[in-house]
Amino acid sequence: MRLIKILAEWFDHRLKLGQPIKEMMEHPVPRSTASWAYVFGSASLTVMILQFVTGICLAFVYVPTADQAWTSLQVLNHQQTFGWFIRALHGWGSNFMVALVLIHLIQVFLFGAYKYPRELTWIVGIFLLLMTLGMAFTGQVLRFDQDAYWGLGIGASIMGRMPLIGTPLVRLMLGGPIIAGETLSRFTAIHVFIIPGMLIAFVGVHLLMVLKLGVNEWPMPGRIVKRETYLKEYHDLTHKDGVPFVPDAFRKDLVFSGLIILALVACAAFFGPFGPKGQPDPTVVQAVPRPDFFFLWAFAALALLPPQMETILLLAGPVIAIGFLIALPLIFGTGEKSWRRRPVAVLSVLLIVTSLAAFTQLGTYAPWSPVMDAWSSVPIPPKLLAGRSALERQGALVFQSKQCLNCHSLGGEGGQRGPALGAVATRLTGDQLIRQVLQGRGNMPAYGNNLSPAETTALVAFLKSLHPPNQRPAQDASLVSAIPPPHNTANTAEP
Amino acid sequence: MPELNPEHGILAQDLTAPKKISRRQMLMTLGIALNAVAGVLFAVPVIGYIFGPAKRKEMKKEQAWISLGSLTQFPEGETRLATYRNPFVRPWDGDTGNIPCWVRRISADKLQVFAINCTHLGCPVRWFPQSGLFMCPCHGGAYYADGARASGPPPRGLFQYDFKIKDGQLWINAGHIPTLAQPPSQV
Repeated sequence: MRLIKILAEWFDHRLKLGQPIKEMMEHPVPRSTASWAYVFGSASLTVMILQFVTGICLAFVYVPTADQAWTSLQVLNHQQTFGWFIRALHGWGSNFMVALVLIHLIQVFLFGAYKYPRELTWIVGIFLLLMTLGMAFTGQVLRFDQDAYWGLGIGASIMGRMPLIGTPLVRLMLGGPIIAGETLSRFTAIHVFIIPGMLIAFVGVHLLMVLKLGVNEWPMPGRIVKRETYLKEYHDLTHKDGVPFVPDAFRKDLVFSGLIILALVACAAFFGPFGPKGQPDPTVVQAVPRPDFFFLWAFAALALLPPQMETILLLAGPVIAIGFLIALPLIFGTGEKSWRRRPVAVLSVLLIVTSLAAFTQLGTYAPWSPVMDAWSSVPIPPKLLAGRSALERQGALVFQSKQCLNCHSLGGEGGQRGPALGAVATRLTGDQLIRQVLQGRGNMPAYGNNLSPAETTALVAFLKSLHPPNQRPAQDASLVSAIPPPHNTANTAEP
Repeated sequence: MPELNPEHGILAQDLTAPKKISRRQMLMTLGIALNAVAGVLFAVPVIGYIFGPAKRKEMKKEQAWISLGSLTQFPEGETRLATYRNPFVRPWDGDTGNIPCWVRRISADKLQVFAINCTHLGCPVRWFPQSGLFMCPCHGGAYYADGARASGPPPRGLFQYDFKIKDGQLWINAGHIPTLAQPPSQV
């Protein structure tokens, strides 16, 4: 013990770090901030440090070249001792970090922490969010599989929509004319050096400001932030009713970070690493590219945006959204902090979270995409064939072989690009079906060039049979009025 | 020169200031100027290096004629997948340097060669001969057999390569990823 003390004193005499660290740890914070609501920032930092450790570990084995990256991931998954686990920790760590940073953002937004004098802390935080998302996206590219390859294609296509500088931007992103070796090298440099370097610098500034300006106090309705009085009020709060950061507030950070690490380890051990999926070989065109979880909402938005506004929204949307987040503390820098008195803020959070969640949920099953193999893997339900005429069954065969199932479902199976056709005969008459099939309309391509008259007749006969047994098929109104249905004849005598 | 009393300090400065300060100032100015020049000399190649691939001169050279092989592989009335090695590759590009495309042979010398990339956001379109459609697996785009847009979000028909037939071989003019900003041909 004595030896440790002597050594510690020897170092501190030269480093002079003991006193500043002690002051930093014991700096007073408002009693109300020793709360479970304030643990997400420190947990993000914890996961970031873990990401650095597992990322450096992966760099020991991973080969960042287009021809070897995928193979080296297989070696990591199957041969390297604990390689699968380090990959799983890094992949799950990425998801955890995005989630924690988003929760932290929502918490500080609802608590009004971005208001005077912490505007710059918020703005730096927005950059940290962008860097976190940047790490998630570039990391997905480094997992160099089919998804990564076509994900880069989507990125290049978005850049290519930029007026005037579209082509140079695509080249800058890909590092050459096609998605290839130099693309992966570029993304490796960004993922391993550029963004992590910026992250360290920005996290440092972010933490420094939290220390210098103090942790945002728990907002009380009616306690208005004014530039003239806030600093004095906060000083009084921390000095009259403050507690030392360590241990009073730090305890909960410590417990939560521990729980997060345990959850991360559990996810990694239980679910294992992400991919890699198929080899990054563009000639394998049987690909169904999908982004990682935290970009599913963007995938959905890209499918559902109205085409005529798409380019503008793609290029201007992110600029406006990020611009607004950065400008937020400069516009609303004072006033009420409590969410109880900020209904617009609360509703905005609810609206954005609900929209993103809904888009993400849609992204998980992508109803706008044709199911590319439904025509050869999903049979028409037998009950839709029972008791049908030969012509109708021939039509079912046409329905199957012409890939109608890729976009339309029968009996709950098949694509969801177009409407389900299980009861189509109740909506469209025979003539309308013929017109729709041959000429197409809306999102339906025209099949006129691709169906013989015999095939069309059979197909429409089958479609006309698709109605529930107790429900009549649709009828042409002009024909219905001309020939009254037989069961009405009994009543016609009464009036 | 601490400890000087104010009177002396002012006096000393007044007498000696012009010479001494100009030398120190000059050294400082020289230092700043040297580093500014050094900074520019350092920055120009770094920026040129990173932005090199986006130079107009480089981009102009990125298309070349390349053979898809014998024309007999493409029967009349059918659309087949063809692949070619991109004319501009690095030794470590591996499979990513192999690019697929769809060849539609209408008659003996009437052809269309379509890029694999959907014009919406670049995903690989797949040909379905039975329904005569190209379908995209990402956002639901579909195209007719002649490449015209059939449905979904694509803003235009499929990108097409310029082609020529020489000595029974089919050649296309290719080399870069097709985008709305830079389609492989004007078709």
